[in-house]
Amino acid sequence: MSDRITRDEVVHVAKLARLELAPHEIDAFTEQLARVLEHAADVESLNVDDVPPTSHPLPLVNVFREDVVTDSIDRDEVLAQAPAAESHMFRVPPVLGEER
Amino acid sequence: MSALEIAAAVKAGETSAVAVLEEHLERIAERDGEIHAFNLVTSDLARAQAEAVDAAVAEGRDPGPLAGVPIAVKDNTCTRGIPTTCSSKILEGWLPPYNATVIDRLGAAGAVTIGKTNLDEFAMGSSTENSAFGPTRNPHDITKVPGGSSGGSAAAVAADFAPISIGSDTGGSIRQPAALCGVVGAKPTYGVVSRYGLIAFASSLDQIGPFAHTVADAAALLEVIGGHDPRDSTSIPAPSPSLLDVLDRGVEGLRVGVITELSGGPGGVEGIAADVAARTRQAVSALEAAGAIVSEVSVPSATLGLSAYYLIAPAEASSNLSRYDGVRYGLRVDAATTGEMNTASRSAGFGDEVKRRIMLGTYALSAGYYDAFYGKALKVRTLIVRDFAAAYENVDVLVTPTSPTTAFGFGDKTADPMAMYVNDVCTIPSNLSGDPAISVPFGVGDDGMPIGVQILGPAQSEPTIFAVAAVLEDVAAKGGAK
Repeated sequence: MSDRITRDEVVHVAKLARLELAPHEIDAFTEQLARVLEHAADVESLNVDDVPPTSHPLPLVNVFREDVVTDSIDRDEVLAQAPAAESHMFRVPPVLGEER
Repeated sequence: MSALEIAAAVKAGETSAVAVLEEHLERIAERDGEIHAFNLVTSDLARAQAEAVDAAVAEGRDPGPLAGVPIAVKDNTCTRGIPTTCSSKILEGWLPPYNATVIDRLGAAGAVTIGKTNLDEFAMGSSTENSAFGPTRNPHDITKVPGGSSGGSAAAVAADFAPISIGSDTGGSIRQPAALCGVVGAKPTYGVVSRYGLIAFASSLDQIGPFAHTVADAAALLEVIGGHDPRDSTSIPAPSPSLLDVLDRGVEGLRVGVITELSGGPGGVEGIAADVAARTRQAVSALEAAGAIVSEVSVPSATLGLSAYYLIAPAEASSNLSRYDGVRYGLRVDAATTGEMNTASRSAGFGDEVKRRIMLGTYALSAGYYDAFYGKALKVRTLIVRDFAAAYENVDVLVTPTSPTTAFGFGDKTADPMAMYVNDVCTIPSNLSGDPAISVPFGVGDDGMPIGVQILGPAQSEPTIFAVAAVLEDVAAKGGAK
């Protein structure tokens, strides 16, 4: 197995991404991500210190519109698509004090 | 009949939109069981739309440039009140509360939305094998993939389920399936078509575009869906390009470049099949015979596109797909706390390839790796933008194969992600640069399966690349691609 990414790193990244992986998925992803990262080595090894980054193909910045009220999507129609809603709000299980 | 012929006949009262629709619905009923181009056929809605078009004609009103033309729409495009799944379990049963801008524009142009087409889950893939609802099969040979991610939209046109369809292209997802299914497919300049209502994969790369049997139909469709949209802040503030008027202007005196690195030769990108490379050379010769001035052009960073793309696209995807958390829409798997509910919902709702890309993107953006991977990839993106801009100082358009190979078999490339990813090697550069590109069918390979030739141009050069595609289409129709 490649050392581009370790099994522990895959477990850590899955936690960051809020994904729970079965042991066989962790093994498969460790190997597959390593293959992709090996390919990425040609980018990683390049000297591009004096090249500015491009995050977007268009030079558009600060696109504004007139500050006027327009129609928006109906609240009830949006909430009707939620797994759970109550009193015009999305309902979720307890949030605070959950981190363990 | 082509889309333009249908629209003309419907407007002239020679046929009705309803009759055209029923003919297409019949073909779908006969054959979509084996092709699986559609996740959903919207017969009732389509009948209502077709009746409205016929009523307009009867009343002497113009129903629009796509009057009565059935169109298939990729299932990552929001349709109000109609399931929009991205071929993912995480959105199964979701009904969008709004239409994508392209859907509203198609409706205003008189088009009849016939159904939602299958795709690789969240548009991540090159074969539609990553769909949660099973793969689409290539209408030319059902043992082969149709390409992807817009495989359903490409197959729908190839199987004559609809004369035109809508796809989205993040790294080749319109052009590659167009090539593999033997139809025309174009990725417009980034910002020409509104992304409002297109479910995001990689926002700086995603672009909606047309599929069609003919270059003229693709042009007509792009004219309808293009143009500024105030609801997409990355929409170019300009009207839709005029294409049909200039489609027959030919290539006399046009400077055509062949990208050395994507020609299948030594020192270039590996894996471009000999039959595909030969067909591309034949297309270039045909353009030369039609009056184009041909030269070879080096775009050194083209070989780095794949690596940069498979860091940038997953990074953007990992961020975009964080919205699927079981809170506001889509699948929720109940758990004791919200954090556990988020994790349980995402783990149950996403398929393997989506998880893989979220993982890759999260890794490339994480502390300690951001500079080495994502940061560097953005700089390589600059090199690609610069190299193409330099090339366009000397040539008007560039020609490459669309896909390195013809359609492959199911399961051939699913074991190794890199084997699948290299399918995008010729198409990725224009997503990174934001420039437009079109794939046009040009003959078949040694296996008898379709080959597509890709024409690339600088930003907003759609009129030019479509005109070049029209010349190649004409050459192929006259037997010049054999």
